[in-house]
Order: sequence, then structure tokens, then C-alpha cells
Amino acid sequence: MSSPASTPSRRRSKRGRGSNPSTPQDARSPPSQKRRTEDSTSTGDLQPMPTSPPADVQSPGAADALFSSPPQFRHSAIPLDFDISSPLTYGTPSSRVEGTPRSGIRGTPVRQRPDLGSVCKARQVDLHSDGPTEDVTTEQSLGQRLVIWGTDVNVASCKEKFQRFLQRFIDPIAKEDEDVGLNLNEPRYMQRLEEINIVGEPFLNVNCDHLRSFDENLYRQLICYPQEVIPTFDMAVNEIFFDRYPDSILEHQIQVRPYNALKTRNMRSLNPEDIDQLITINGMVIRTSQLMPEMQEAFFKCQVCSYTTRVEIDRGRIAEPSVCKNCNTTHSMALIHNRSMFSDKQLIKLQESPEDMPPGQTPHTVVLFAHNDLVDKVQPGDRVNVTGIYRAVPIRVNPRVSSVKSVYKTHIDVIHYRKTDSKRLHGVDEETEQKIFTEERVKMLKELSEKTDIYERLSSALAPSIYEHEDIKKGILLQLFGGSRKDFTHTGRGNFRAEINILLCGDPGTSKSQLLQYVYNLVPRGQYTSGRGSSAVGLTAYVMKDPETRQLVLQTGALVLSDNGICCIDEFDKMNESTRSVLHEVMEQQTLSIAKAGIICQLNARTSILAAANPIESQWNPKKTTIENIQLPHTLLSRFDLIFLMLDPRDEAYDRRLARHLVSLYYHSEEKMEEEYMDMAVLRDYIAYARGYVAPRLGEEASQALIEAYVDMRKIGSGRGMVSAYPRQLESLIRLAEAHAKVRFSEKVETVDVEEAKRLHREALKQSATDPRTGIVDISILTTGMSATARKRREELAQALRKLIQSKGKAPSLKYQQLFEDLRAQSDAAITKEMFEEALRALADDDFLTVTGKTVRLL
Amino acid sequence: MPCVADWLNNPFSIVQGIFTQNVPNSDWEKKVTEYFKEKLKENNATNWVPSLNDVPVHYLKPNSLVKFRCMVQDMFDPEFYMGVYETVDTNTNARVLHFGKYRDVAECGPQQEIDLNSSQTITSERQTFYCVPVPGESAWVKEAYISASQDRVSPSTSYTPSRHKRSYEEDEDMDLHPSKQKEQHLGNDLCGGSDIHGCVEPKRLETEASAGHHLASPNCSPPLDLNFPLPGEKGPACLVKVYESWESFKVNDVLEVYGILSVDPVLSIVNSDEREGSALDLMECMDTAEEQRVHSPPASLVPRIHVILAQKLQHINPLLPACLKEEESKTFVSNFMSELSPVRAELLGFLTHALLGDSLAAEYLILHLISTVYARRDVLPLGKFTLNLSGCPRHSAFTEHVYRIIQQLVPASHRLQMTIENMNHSRLIPHKDYAANRLVSGVLQLASNTSLVIDETQLEQGQLDTTGVHNVTALGNLITWQKVDYDFSYHQMEFPCNINVLITSEGRSLLPSDCQVHLQPQLIPPNMEEYMNSLLTAVLPSVLNKFRIYLSLLRLLDYSISDEVTKAVEEDFVEMRKSDPESITADDLHRTLLVARFLSLSAGQTTLSRERWLRAKQLEALRKGRLQQQKCVNGNEL
Repeated sequence: MSSPASTPSRRRSKRGRGSNPSTPQDARSPPSQKRRTEDSTSTGDLQPMPTSPPADVQSPGAADALFSSPPQFRHSAIPLDFDISSPLTYGTPSSRVEGTPRSGIRGTPVRQRPDLGSVCKARQVDLHSDGPTEDVTTEQSLGQRLVIWGTDVNVASCKEKFQRFLQRFIDPIAKEDEDVGLNLNEPRYMQRLEEINIVGEPFLNVNCDHLRSFDENLYRQLICYPQEVIPTFDMAVNEIFFDRYPDSILEHQIQVRPYNALKTRNMRSLNPEDIDQLITINGMVIRTSQLMPEMQEAFFKCQVCSYTTRVEIDRGRIAEPSVCKNCNTTHSMALIHNRSMFSDKQLIKLQESPEDMPPGQTPHTVVLFAHNDLVDKVQPGDRVNVTGIYRAVPIRVNPRVSSVKSVYKTHIDVIHYRKTDSKRLHGVDEETEQKIFTEERVKMLKELSEKTDIYERLSSALAPSIYEHEDIKKGILLQLFGGSRKDFTHTGRGNFRAEINILLCGDPGTSKSQLLQYVYNLVPRGQYTSGRGSSAVGLTAYVMKDPETRQLVLQTGALVLSDNGICCIDEFDKMNESTRSVLHEVMEQQTLSIAKAGIICQLNARTSILAAANPIESQWNPKKTTIENIQLPHTLLSRFDLIFLMLDPRDEAYDRRLARHLVSLYYHSEEKMEEEYMDMAVLRDYIAYARGYVAPRLGEEASQALIEAYVDMRKIGSGRGMVSAYPRQLESLIRLAEAHAKVRFSEKVETVDVEEAKRLHREALKQSATDPRTGIVDISILTTGMSATARKRREELAQALRKLIQSKGKAPSLKYQQLFEDLRAQSDAAITKEMFEEALRALADDDFLTVTGKTVRLL
Repeated sequence: MPCVADWLNNPFSIVQGIFTQNVPNSDWEKKVTEYFKEKLKENNATNWVPSLNDVPVHYLKPNSLVKFRCMVQDMFDPEFYMGVYETVDTNTNARVLHFGKYRDVAECGPQQEIDLNSSQTITSERQTFYCVPVPGESAWVKEAYISASQDRVSPSTSYTPSRHKRSYEEDEDMDLHPSKQKEQHLGNDLCGGSDIHGCVEPKRLETEASAGHHLASPNCSPPLDLNFPLPGEKGPACLVKVYESWESFKVNDVLEVYGILSVDPVLSIVNSDEREGSALDLMECMDTAEEQRVHSPPASLVPRIHVILAQKLQHINPLLPACLKEEESKTFVSNFMSELSPVRAELLGFLTHALLGDSLAAEYLILHLISTVYARRDVLPLGKFTLNLSGCPRHSAFTEHVYRIIQQLVPASHRLQMTIENMNHSRLIPHKDYAANRLVSGVLQLASNTSLVIDETQLEQGQLDTTGVHNVTALGNLITWQKVDYDFSYHQMEFPCNINVLITSEGRSLLPSDCQVHLQPQLIPPNMEEYMNSLLTAVLPSVLNKFRIYLSLLRLLDYSISDEVTKAVEEDFVEMRKSDPESITADDLHRTLLVARFLSLSAGQTTLSRERWLRAKQLEALRKGRLQQQKCVNGNEL
């Protein structure tokens, strides 16, 4: 109350904005007002305040300024020290006591918002006394159009506009993940308030995008002057809320948390112009600090007379009263810690997300400060969207030296977090990260999709450096698009897999790895791993104890990370058995179950698998079946929709084309490469758009065609007494057809799609499921690991052996080698040792004989 | 008109002059860069600028213009600084505008105070790069740069090798900054390494001794890790502050920067003593102590350079003009091209001797040394030519000597001994240290066109642990894709690179390679060391320099294949496939095309001719024949 009668001019420009109001002030100007430093460069004592005499006495009474006191203006151009019609007062202790003109809020305590001014500490002081509040200046002559000093924000109109927004805003294009249970035709935020009333969480998240579509100007003000506007919003919300729910009991008054400010998306684009503005950036949390209690209000007690007093934090410091006001003893005041007030604070380091980084540069980091209940909301490794106020503070070199390090420290005061990857772990069945495309881009893509040869075009744009292998590229293309996701949970079958899995096998050096690398680089959620180097935990997830917090953390592996993407596994055959076994669940159920260290959970792993395997003998043996060549369990193989052989074709025309292709590779200039690169971007967008916006359904004709195709496939086999197709193959066909429809941006699967699916499926089968002995496509090679003819031959051999043994008479035991030679002599076909052993085993299974070492015993 | 010494010794006076002339508008910044650009263009002006590479930092005058040839090792977060600020005189209330660009500390006089709230204040942004000298830079490169700068009479007083002058300067320095004295000694130890003149003055020795003492003292806690990619590297690391177009620079780029040296001791004090005093000051505990140490190391150890001009270097060969696009350098190139073939013949002879008389291997080694990744087709790097020299004698230190010879020829190189021990314990892949918020370097963080010689002859049987497996995988990736996946702990990030890898091994290397040549020594010298030494001394320095120019220059040439030859190659390939479909694959064509490319370039031809193609095929046939033969030999042995 005893501040000097006049506080001379303070120069506080908001980065040069506004002139210096250099008029004397009203008597009760609180000391901290001079601290209002617009670049929020206010590490108090740093600032030389040449023009302002010290005014150091705390004057909480300044907060008494009531809402309805405009007449107190004496000169229209004078910045007044108390806040008229300012919302910013409502946080002061005095307002708590006296109440504000607003009804209903009375009973609810206010909670300080350090997030709006951590630099300037408690809001009641800084917001109230710092600049904006008392610096109310009149814009128009009559003193009615007041704006907060340094801004163009008029509190009353701002408040009114925001209330109108809350009461009226209906989201025209509502479909947001968090909108569960909202009536889309009612004002959205009124429903939110109702929710607050019921749940009792006094925070209102406001999507800035909504605000922007409702009132562009208000949005702009929010972005530019968040420190002033958000409290106004708070006040507006509380008025409405307590108007509607006067009896509601909340922990403290409602705080507005805007998010999704469109100002900034990328950490790299932050620049000095963003200082003190509301920004939203995304990134990954890399480090969180311990909780830091920050003193907001110190409690002092006189050791002599037990007089107590409270001192608020001022510029990060507490001014210890040197004299007791009551008994005038000097240095008798002692700090009572547990009666002081503290708020929580945490330092968080946020790193640019890898997607945003330009190639060849290292990621940027930015410091965040989280306050109160936002503390400990995020963990290292989380991907978050952060909305907050960007701050810059100068660094003092040395208090004794007047020179200042000319660098500012920057940080963000967090107002709102939004985790972007939470859905990945706890699946909401929605592709939440739909890429936003500009209209021109969409138009361009749609035009592209109408081309008749779009399928061929796209497939040839895929990995142009790899020559030919058209069908394989087409298969991979369809894999990139994927089928439509179907939900059969209510009928008890769970989700149907929409992802297409592909296995490439073939000679080494047929650019399999290169294809994998390409795909991995193309898709946003790709993971590349090599079978040799990965373990089961590396693929799935593992539980780790955080060394610092001693907390168990679930670390996700490649399969989980590539949820909604593609997991490329090279050297699939080198993978050990136990690792491979986790793939069984992923490839059909699309989930991963983990039971480890007390954590039992099922994670989504809706990933397509693109695997490459080398033949076991390093060279593909055309005389053997796929299974024999790559030695993979057929249970796993049958989960691949398409299995391609990448063999080196031997024909002259091919060689010629290949040669031309390679030669061109070796002298083409950089520009041509650039063109190629453009294509990759288009391709990427095309796929993203199709995946995000196109969900084809089977048409009537297509269904018929599929049924026919399936029946046909079954028929082929049944003629020869074997099954050549299983329901799994039908599902594959459906997925492929859907993917092909997606390529065309078609919402309906038509016969053409089915035709192509059939053709591709047949091609793949022809390559991989041909019985090398008979030349007939035989699906059972893949489903049971052995072709029907091979099985038949084995049977025959076993019978022949049985006959041979029986012909030998009653001898209870036979020499192994002898028997083998006899059998070979008897048979006209060449019999290998393996075949012989197999036959023996078959007979042993029939309990006809046992083999012990080198002798065969009859039973 | 300021004289020469002015812009060298006191660039701030120039900047101040331009600033006061143009102050209301912001184009003073542009004018400053233009001024210095002009100055440096003048005849050999660049040689007058003392280089941080050659001159220990304590010999350099603070706030003078220096240059630095370096590799970007890490990029720190952008900084906001006061671009323009105003000071107020406490007595007279006079306001003066200052510029904050090119400075670490906003300066003001004793009676002045900075007005942080001035409406004139302009906040600007700059980027800090952590730069280290080019890793693996050969000694001859350093020497050549030094002699280039010493050949001229230096008009600058900032660096004069005369003893009297320097000590005078030091005294002066110490008067100004008493606290600096100690740090200077410290700096001496780490920066002294860049000084590779043979003669070390007694005084230097003295300071170095005391430096060691200082390092051990508790005051300095653990010595700062300067984060060089290669172990045992020396030279100054530097925080380079870039003001313009920093987006164009990438990690591992080799830069030459001209800028103002800042070694203000104030910069280093900030962390230590003052911290406790202001514990409540939240801004100062924002970073961990670790991070503080890394991001604001003592200025004497890691000086700051405020960049006025920066350019990416195509190569670091001092014998070549820096930029080959300019007119002058074109004449240089054409002159050299005219005498190319004798140089090639001599080089081939030299390498043949070095490879114990194996001319085929020497031929391939030349091709390898001029190879460079010239483009990338989606993920496929084109132009890499990793050579596996198998059949190296194991116990005769042969590989070491081959490396020494390569070192003499290429501007930057490193030898990696592939032992189990090394693989399991060394740090090949750079990784992010989140506590200190920096990229901890690894051996594979190398600048473009560095020769990496992997010595597999040292490898014994043994168990690789996880690190070992990762390291071997990283080497494999480097060779196959020419990229290194830096470890960011939560994710990996791919950094494309362009490193020439030469693997020496006994049998076929376990690492992939583009081309394996089996060495067939014609002679085994009884004393390898003597043999190699005499070989090196036999080469005239001028000839050696020609070799160096040859290898660096040919890398930078363009190359094309005419349609006609394309046809011929096609035909050839089809023919070969017909006759022997088993052994000729697309890979062989790839390799033959590469061999043909480098073969043409090595002869100075920028297009492929029919003869070269045939010669390439012939070389390949010879090489394959040898491998086949080797296989037979091995088979017999078994």
C-alpha cells in the first residue's frame, strides 16, 4: 500500500510494439509491475530500470481493484496501476476473500497458473501487477474501449466473445478421437462443462482450430497474447460454469487449456517471432527431471513476538523481511517451511521427432517446464504434442559485471500435452494420424487415380533402381495399400487382418534387401530389422526398469513400432526358432501378448510383414520345393499372402533390358535422380491418402467373382485328390482385391480388382508352390510343407520297405546298412539315405519296427 | 578506409563502422558479409588469415579474424541472442545502440547498463555447430596448409612466429584477463597438437608440462572430452556460431569458416562459481551440470568462432584449388590433365612396388582410391567401390605399411584394426548422450571421401558380444549402403556417408565388399619396414604431390556413357550371359561398369570408350581367374 506516489514511466515494449507510457501512476502501484517485461526477459534484477525508482513494498491491496471501477480513470491515456475490468485479478488472495462480482465462483479457490508466467512466478502478482492489468490504457477517448497495455486485447469483449464461442460452437466436421460420447449437434464445449461438473476435473481443453473457425480475431489474440487472453478465458469459463452449476464443487476454478495452435508444428521452425506466443509443437520426450517444488509464497514468523507474515515470490526470489512490523525487532523473521506454499514444477527435454528432421542434421531439443498437475504426465520416449508459451530469458554472466551474455535461454511453459502415440499401445481402432493434405494435393492425387494405368504407373515408380520383377513390385504395392479393416469382434472372431504379408525368397544378390530398404524408406512407419541380429524381445517388447525412477517401463520392439506400417525383416531364414515363433501371433491376430515381470498385456501390432529369405543352400535349388529350399515352418509360410521367388531369369531379351537399365544407372546425372525423388514423394502421399481415406467394400459382383475363384481353386486340387486352397487363401484374395481397389481410390471392390488379385495370387503360387517333381501348382506345399505327390511317394517307399522286411522272414533284427542296400538294389528309382530314413520312421510310427543305432528291430 | 591489418586484427571496428553508418535499417549485416567477402577475394588474402588449425589458440588475438577448417560433428540447438541492443549511461542517460552479432557477450562500458526492455532491441537467431578438425587428416595436408600460410609475409600482428612478439602479446593478454592465464595453459595441452612443426620451443614444453599438472588438479575435475571421432586425435574443437543459411550445412560436412575468434573468459565462469549463489534462479538449473560442461566449455579449450563467411569444402587437398568451378582452376585442371598419363603410370608403378610387385592389385587400388559415391538411386549408392585385398601376409606388418602409403596419398584416412577386442570395446557408431545432450562421436563419423582401411588380418577367433555384433553390422551397412545409423537410443537415424573402405584380409573378408582382389606378391622383402621406407623416400616430393593431386582431382570429374557404347555393353552382356549363364550375373555387370567408369576416369577420360570397356572386362577376368585359382589351391590344401 505504501508504494511511492508515482512510478515514472516504465518502458515495456512488447518487442518494440507500443510506445512508452511515461505518465505518473496512481498511488498503489505494486512493485512488481515494473517487472512486466515483454520478452518475458524478466529475470528481474537483470534489468536495469533506470527510470523507475525502487518500489519494493508488496502491496496486495492492489488486487482489490474491482471489476467495475472504470471511473477511477483520471486520464484516458494514463496507464492505471490497477486493473479495471481485468480478469487477472481474480487469482489474488484478496479476491478470494472479497469475492468478485461473478457469481458462484466465490466458493471455489483459485489456483495459480504458473504455466502462464513461470518466469514471473505467481500469477496474481505478475498478471495482475505486471504490465497487462494495470497497464490498461484507453483506446478511445471515452475510456470505455480498454485494451491491455501492449496488446490489442479488450478484456470485456474478449471475454464476451469467448463466452459466445463456448455457448454456440458446434463442430461442423466433428470426428475427433476424444469426442467419445458427445452429442455432435449440441454446443460442444457446453457439454464439456457438463462433463467437468460431473467428473470434477477443472480443466477445459479448447481446440484452437475450433476457435479459429469461430472467430478468427479472437484466435489471433489468443496466439499472440496468451498470457493475457487465457486468464480472460478462464474468467469467462468460470462465469458460465458457476452460472449453470452454482452448486458444483471443484478443487479450484476451471482453467482453460488451449491446444492445437496452428502457429507452429515443427521445432525447427521456431524463431524469435514466436517468443511469448502460444505455440504447438510435437516431439519426443527425452528426459524429465525430478519434481521441483517451487516456492510461491513464503511464510515468515517473528521469533520474538510470533507475528507472521507472508511474502510472495518475486522474480524467483523471496525478500526476507528484515524488520518485524509488529515489534520492530530486526532480523527476527524466520521462514516456516511447512507453512509456505509451493507449486510443482518439472523440467522436460523435448526432442524433435525423427520425421521432422531434415536428413543429415541432428535433432533439436527444447526445454519445457510443466507445472502443477502437468508434472509427471509424460515419460521419456513419449511422443507428444505440446501447446505452450514460448519464452526467452537472458542469461546473466556475473552479477558483479554489468555485461550480459547476449544469448537468451529459451523454454516453453507447457499449457497442454497431447500424447500422440498413446493410441499405438492401447488401440483405438482409428487411424488417428491421418496426414492432412492440401486441396491441390488431393486434387492432384485424385486426378492421378483416374488414370487407367495408375496401377502400373505406381508399381513402376516403386524402387525404380530395381529392375523388372513387375509382379513382385505389384505385390508390394498392394501391401503398401493394405486391405480394409473389418471388425468381427461382436461375432467373436475379433479383427480380421487387413495387412498383407509378403515373403520374398530367392538367390542371394537379387536385390531383395534393396527392395526391403526401399520400402522401409518409403513408409512412415517402417521398421527394418535383420533376422540375424534380432531377438524375440527386439521384435516384440520388453520390460525395462528405469535406472532413475526404478519404474518399470515397457519398451516396444520393431513389430509394435511398425503398427500401422510395414516391418521389413531381412534374412528371415537366419532368425532363430523362438524369435520366429512370436510372428505367428502377429501375422494372423495382429496382436502381441506379453507376460513379463508382472506386466501382462496385449499390444497391437497391426503390421504388414515384408520378409526376405535366402535359400538354405545359398543357391536356389529348382529341384526342391520352397519349403525345402528355405527351411521355414509351413505354419509360418501359410500366413504369408504372397510368396515370391526372386530368381535370376535367363533369357536374352531380359538380359538386354537389364544391361541397358544398369548402364543408364551409371551415367545419369543428378537432375534425373531428382525427378525420381519427386516421384517418391508423390507415391508416399498417394499411399497415405489411400490408406487414410479410402476403405473399399466388396461389391456384389466382386463377391461372386471371389466365390468362383475360390471354388475354382479348390476344384483344381480335388481333381487329383488333394486340397489346393484353404479359407486363408480366400482371405488373401479378398485383401488383395481390396488393396487393388484402394489403388484406384475406389470405394467399391469390383471384378477387375478380383481379377488382378487372382492373377497375382496365381503368379505367386506358380512361383512358390510348384511341385518341382510334377510341375503342378500345389498349395499343400505351403500349408503342410510337403507336396501331395511327395507324400504319396513316401508312402510307397515305406510300403516297399515293409514288404522287403517281411520277405526276409522271421529275423528279429536287421542290419541298418544291409537293409538300405537291399532296398536300393530292389528299387528302380534312386533312393537317398534321407528317403530311407524317412521310410523307416514311417514304419516305426506304425509300430512295425524300432531303430536302435545300427540295427533295426522288428516288433 | 581501414587498412588491411584492421580487418584482420580488429574486425569489430569494421563491423562497428558499417553498423553506425547503416543503423536504422537492417542491411548492415549484408554489408558486413560483403565487405569481408571482398577483402578475402583480394590476392591471396585468405592466406593472411591465421588458421586455428595451425596456430594454437593462445597465440591468436581474441576478437581477431581467424579461419578454421573443420568437420561439423554435432549441431546444438539454435540460440536467440540480442541482435541489436541499447545501453544507457547511468550518469547521463545517454542511449547508445550496439550490435550483438558476432559476440558472445553484450558489452557495455563501466558506467553503462543494458536496457533489456528497449524498444530498439532486436532478437535474432543463430545456430551453433560443434566442429572438430577433419578426422584423420593426413600430416602432409596439415603441413601444406601451414606452409601456404607462412610463405607470405603476414601483415597481421596477431600471429607472428617471432618469439619476442608473442611473449609481449601474452603479457598484454594476461593483464587484460588475469583469470585467463591458467586456462591458457590448459588450452595449450589440447591445442598444441595442431602445431606440428618439428621444432617445439622450450617455452612450449614448459607450458605443456604445467598443463598436465593442471589437468590433474581437482579444480578441473575430469578433463573435458572434446569428442573427436577418432581416438588419439588432436587439435582444437570449436563452437562455430553460424548466422546465415545454417540449414544448408549438415553433420559431417567439411567447412572452411572465416570468423571472429572469441575466447572471452567470462564465458566459462558462468557455470561454476555462480551457480550455488543463485540456486533459486531457475534459468540456470535448466540444464544439468553435464550439459553445461558440454555446451559451454571453457573458451580457452573450445574457442568460439562467430562466422562471417562459411563455405563447404569439396575436398581438403591443399594442392588443389578450393573450388574447381572457377576460371583459374579450370586452367589448373586442364594443365594437369595434359600430363595425366605419365602420372598414372608412375603411380601404378609406385603402388605395384608397395603391393609387393602385384600390378593387378595396384590397378584395382587406384580404381578404389578414386571412387566416390556420385549419386544415390533411391537407396542404392552408386559409385562406391569397396575393395577387399585378400591374401595379405599376416605377420609382416604389411597392412600397416600399406596404410602408411595410403596415408601419404589421400587427404584423410583412418586405419581400423579389426580385432575381437577392438570390435567389442570400441565405439564405432556415434550415439546421442541425452544427459549431456550431445552426439557422442564414433569412429564411423567421418567426413566424405575419407579412406577407411579395415585390417582384418588381425582378427582372431573369439566371441563377439552385443557391441561387437552391432559394430560389425554397422561396418557392413557402411559398406553396402554407405550410411551409418546413428544411435539416438529411442530411434536410429540414418546418416548417408561417402567413405572409401579398403579391407585387408587373409582370406575372403567376412565383411561384404564390392570387389575382392587376391594379392599375389612377386617378392617377399626380408625386412618389410626397410623396404617400405626406402620406397617412400625414393619418391620425389614433387611426384608425390602429383599423385595426391591426381587422386583428389579425378574424384571430382564428371562421367558419361554414350548411346553407342551402351549398345555395345548391352550386346556384350547378352553374349556373356549366353556363353556362361551361371557365373555372370547382374552383379557382375554392376561391377564391370564400375571398373570401366573408374578406369576411364583414371585415364582422364570422361566418357566410356569401347577399349576401356574391354580393358575393364579383361581386368575383371584376370581378377576372377585369380580368385578361382585361389579357391583351387585352398581346395587342394583341404
